[in-house]
Amino acid sequence: MSRSILYIMLVIFFTNCKGEQQVALDATDVFKSKGVEIPMYNFENFEPLLKVNDGKTRVINFWATWCKPCVAELPYFELINSRYPNSEVEVILVSLDLPKHVESKLIPFVKRQNIQSKVVLLDDPDANTWIPKVNKNWSGSIPATIIYKGNTVNFYERSFTYNELEKELKKML
Amino acid sequence: MKTLKILVGVAFIIAISAFAIDKVSVSKADDGYVIGDTATDFKLKNIDDSFISLADYKEAKGFIVIFTCNHCPYSVAYEDRIIELDKMFKVKGYPVIAINPNNPKAYPDDSFDNMKVRAKEKGFTFPYLFDDGQKIYPQYGATKTPHVYVLEKTSEGNMVRYIGAIDNNYKDASSANDKYVEDAVNALLKGEKVPVEITKAIGCSIKA
Repeated sequence: MSRSILYIMLVIFFTNCKGEQQVALDATDVFKSKGVEIPMYNFENFEPLLKVNDGKTRVINFWATWCKPCVAELPYFELINSRYPNSEVEVILVSLDLPKHVESKLIPFVKRQNIQSKVVLLDDPDANTWIPKVNKNWSGSIPATIIYKGNTVNFYERSFTYNELEKELKKML
Repeated sequence: MKTLKILVGVAFIIAISAFAIDKVSVSKADDGYVIGDTATDFKLKNIDDSFISLADYKEAKGFIVIFTCNHCPYSVAYEDRIIELDKMFKVKGYPVIAINPNNPKAYPDDSFDNMKVRAKEKGFTFPYLFDDGQKIYPQYGATKTPHVYVLEKTSEGNMVRYIGAIDNNYKDASSANDKYVEDAVNALLKGEKVPVEITKAIGCSIKA
């Protein structure tokens, strides 16, 4: 009996109605305001998102509202998100804003810019431990972007134009 | 006609190689210092309008050089801790030297006038220098603010002994249980090897 309940729970956990694999991350908190919902993760809970193996290409961009070059390239990530079907490409914008700035800066920004890509907050102050786990070559400056599919991972500590970003994405498709 | 072809060919090769040499030197400068390198001195304008060089500090045993700025929330989060570091180590021979590497055209908050305002507001106890023309930070290889270089003064110059973050918690000083810079300077004062020489941190990209 308990085993079948467990099985049902697992099925609910790992599948959605289309039968695709779903990543279940444990958020440490969820910020909700003005119709915008932003989950917050520590690195341990966020890390599975860098290792999903479901045939989908993921474009993961590390940014923050205070980072000018990050904000400047966000429209290109949004364009990728709108131009490619979600079943093939998923864009995830990982904000490194301070938690105390989520309500005052991040959510108003997401609302104002009408951002459609998934936005999550990564809040883990022990950056020296987790930065090398994202990529061993990352110095920690943003913007930084990962494009990955399965075990093929490309990391970029740089800014993109739309054409450059799409070119890198197409290498993965 | 044939000579012309050869000439064009030679010109092409020169053009290519010039470009290649340029590329190589740029990437070298981008890498910056590693542990054990000798750090360059500088002569940069301080918020009191005087010019400051490391060589001015005859009595110093070394320096805590911190690339920081006004606009960056991570830098702001560390301001009080930078003041504490200066208070703790200036008397022991390791003063803090803060340098703003940003181009104010990219970040107006980081203009020289705004540096003066911020230093006054916070009561900075250390020089806060302006990397006018953004020439010094690339030599160090600083990529973000705050980015710390602990230098030890030796007969061969100021040797880089630590590169990275101030501690392991940007949000909350009291929760930081690895105080990288403090540990590095204390080790150097005892004549010991720095326990953790390189750390990584999220920071605001320096904009030239």
